[in-house]
Amino acid sequence: MTEKILEIPEPGLHSEPMLINLGPQHPATHGVLRLICELDGETVLKVTPDIGFLHSSFEKLGEYRTWNQIVPLTDRMDYLAPLMYNCVYVMAVEKLMGLEVTERCKVARVLCMEMDRIFSHLLWLGTTAIDVGAFTPFLYAFQERERIYQLHEAFTGARITTSATRVGGMMADFPEGWTDSLRDFVDTFPKTLDEIDSLLTTNGIHLGRTLDIGVISGEDAVNCGFTGPNLRASGVDYDLRKDKPYYDYETYDFDVPIGENGDCYDRYLVRMDEMRQSLRILDQALDRLPEGPINVADPRVSLPSKTDCMNDMESMIHHFKLITEGIMVPAGDCYFAIEGSKGELGMYLVSDGGEKPVRWRIRPPSFVNLSVIAKLAEGHLVSDLIMINASLDIVLGEIDR
Amino acid sequence: MDDSGSTFDAVERGPGASDSPRGTPRGRDGDPAGHHPSVTALQGRFGATVLHHEVQAGDQHVVFVDAARNRTVLGWLRDDPEQRYDLLVDVTAVDYGGGRPIQIVYQLWSVGHKRALRVKCELPLDGLSIDSVVELWNAANWLEREVYDLFGVDFRGHPDLRRILMPQNYAEGHPLRKDFPLRGRFSRAEQTRRALSQDYHDDYTPEWLEVGGAPALEPPEPDDSPEKAEDTP
Repeated sequence: MTEKILEIPEPGLHSEPMLINLGPQHPATHGVLRLICELDGETVLKVTPDIGFLHSSFEKLGEYRTWNQIVPLTDRMDYLAPLMYNCVYVMAVEKLMGLEVTERCKVARVLCMEMDRIFSHLLWLGTTAIDVGAFTPFLYAFQERERIYQLHEAFTGARITTSATRVGGMMADFPEGWTDSLRDFVDTFPKTLDEIDSLLTTNGIHLGRTLDIGVISGEDAVNCGFTGPNLRASGVDYDLRKDKPYYDYETYDFDVPIGENGDCYDRYLVRMDEMRQSLRILDQALDRLPEGPINVADPRVSLPSKTDCMNDMESMIHHFKLITEGIMVPAGDCYFAIEGSKGELGMYLVSDGGEKPVRWRIRPPSFVNLSVIAKLAEGHLVSDLIMINASLDIVLGEIDR
Repeated sequence: MDDSGSTFDAVERGPGASDSPRGTPRGRDGDPAGHHPSVTALQGRFGATVLHHEVQAGDQHVVFVDAARNRTVLGWLRDDPEQRYDLLVDVTAVDYGGGRPIQIVYQLWSVGHKRALRVKCELPLDGLSIDSVVELWNAANWLEREVYDLFGVDFRGHPDLRRILMPQNYAEGHPLRKDFPLRGRFSRAEQTRRALSQDYHDDYTPEWLEVGGAPALEPPEPDDSPEKAEDTP
């Protein structure tokens, strides 16, 4: 009966495409992202992302700074996983210098990176759930995020702008009792995760909003440059922690979750499972965190001790030169990438042997992931466009840089 | 230390050219770090098109390729079953300043073979134009737009070569070039004047305005300076 009514053409009603400007100030775009949508009724004909509203030219700023001074720029790009960015930058510089950091520093950085993977995924989880109308997971996720904020603060003194790394080590060792707090988080967080899981994974509304929405095949995903959870949701097994291991990731026991259909639901499942895998890595890393110095004893990057400075001239000069000139990085170029929370997070550095980089390039995972949104959203409804955008897990600070 | 003046001079002048005496800082040729199967295959297949091979940062293989044949070489690297570089990780550019050529850098990764390769093409400053690889990898779309936006390199055959990070009507040039001052080329007064004189034509293309059914206002007034000023460094 209803179908018949719909079939009757109404003489006075004709449809024509409509232009809707979404953002840049709109909470559902997860940042200052502007989407210009051409719609036919509620169906998206074409969507054109417009970015650059947060452009701060970090790469240009980096050319004016010494190698260590760049560290504070890195966490301002992805404020959802700042320690990850701190780490990958100095890891790239160390790779270019041929510098091997201490065992304790390696494990400490693994702890930082995996903690921030959970940190970033939790924000994605909360905000994505709220986009499809689920408010409770948002509150649960942010309550857990607050605990990681406190861990950040206890370690670095800052909640978001951590700037925790230096070339050759960390700005400081973990404070007393910090690893116990992290252990407490690792032990208790799975309970919250299970609760969120039970609220969303088999929830009818959530399934209806995510299943078969924004599907991309594995082959297309690789061609479009997808990396990280987005790529793995399409069934492609590519994880730098396994494929190009750094910091002994090959010795940690963890699995790489792989999806099948490459839709929003698979992207959700992959990220949920990744948090559990990160917890496994955190658990093992906490067990193996060795004693010893956190900073490497290499005169190219490390300051001599205060006692030495006061007692012999050479140490004094060494200290003075490192402070006034900064560290020198040998000429050459280097691309170093880690498995970031949003995809392959790479740093490409070009040095001419001086105290400043010639070029500092960030390989931005969200930037490349977002470029596919036009393809994914075509033919879906406007409300699905919001879900697709959320499922890509973008951060505009890094897209615009 | 830079003793040629205060730090603020650099802000006004641009970061300046790299001090490296050679055109580009280069590593050692044929480092004993090992051979890269793709490099050997490339040299066998393309001969003189492969200009130079080097190993950087211990184990990273870099191949310099004739810029005129970049699409042929990269297409072969993508399709040859022995190579299969199916993931284009990154496209970027490096400007060393001092009139030296701009390098276009392609970072490739083969998901199947788990191998990485860096391909570079050098473009002289008076011929900043290279074939686009969007046909080969969709990933190149935004990455090439970014290089165009920040370095002013023209990608021939790109479907949608517009600025991406800077505003569409940005007229001060290409910010990541070494001769570009940190604070921009225009005076603060001019920058403010331009920021205040924006209207919606700067944010919507004529096609969008037509779809949106915006009142058929007069066409945007031709702005005298922007695009012309952009090409003269």
